[in-house]
Amino acid sequence: MSGELLAFYVLAGAAVAGALCVVLPPFGRNPLHAALALLATLACVAGVFVLLSAHLVAVLQVLVYVGAVMVLFTFVVLLLNLRREEFIGARVTPWKVAAVAATAVFAVKTAGAVLAASAGARAADLTAPGLQAYGGIRDVGRELVTTYLFPFELTSVLLLVAILGAVLIARREKGGAA
Amino acid sequence: MTSIPLSHVLALALALFAIGAVGVMTRRNLLVVLMSIELMLNGANVAFLGFARWHGDSLAHAAVFIVMAVAAAEVSVGLALAMALFRHGRTVDVDRATRLKG
Repeated sequence: MSGELLAFYVLAGAAVAGALCVVLPPFGRNPLHAALALLATLACVAGVFVLLSAHLVAVLQVLVYVGAVMVLFTFVVLLLNLRREEFIGARVTPWKVAAVAATAVFAVKTAGAVLAASAGARAADLTAPGLQAYGGIRDVGRELVTTYLFPFELTSVLLLVAILGAVLIARREKGGAA
Repeated sequence: MTSIPLSHVLALALALFAIGAVGVMTRRNLLVVLMSIELMLNGANVAFLGFARWHGDSLAHAAVFIVMAVAAAEVSVGLALAMALFRHGRTVDVDRATRLKG
């Protein structure tokens, strides 16, 4: 087993374990613990991105998710100061059982299709001409301002709208019942 | 030439997506629901980058960039909604936000 494959297994295993800690009630009862487990998962996924030669995206993952998004989550968890009331009366409802079963069926069917479709797939050779810069800032940046120029500009509008919306929604109403 | 099989990358993406989907459908804490949505989006990103690596085409990296921006926007508005919901009813339990239920 090569070092690359070993690193992938370690990172993928840690990512899935962290994701389970986010979702499973015994671990995720405290939202702060769930946020920290999500942090670990996102950091491991950033490592997987590096293994996939997506260097720029890995850096962005750390900056945007592990940095900004997780700080936001942690701040809100602290601001709300939730009591440990949740899951004291955790109950298994038919709806939840159906949801898990449906997801399991989806996962198994998709896994079957994925295995069939990706059998014998060979990765592109990154030492080939034109691919040395694969995943770097120059390579991805050129795609962003040529092929993806319109969605890229729309992204800035989306972020502006999100900022305004977040401020407006979270603002304390003046003199209101809030 | 990487030694990681494509099917393994896609299995990781599928696992993250499925775990996130279960979290969205079963958890009642709005904050944890938002975190599960982040997991699902990350699963999609892993699949994007896996396919990009196999085709040697970095177009998907730009798509992942846009997915990240959408996720950041979604989480900022979602957390603002969580704060508004909490201020309204002192809870972030989505099962108790039943004002619109007929």
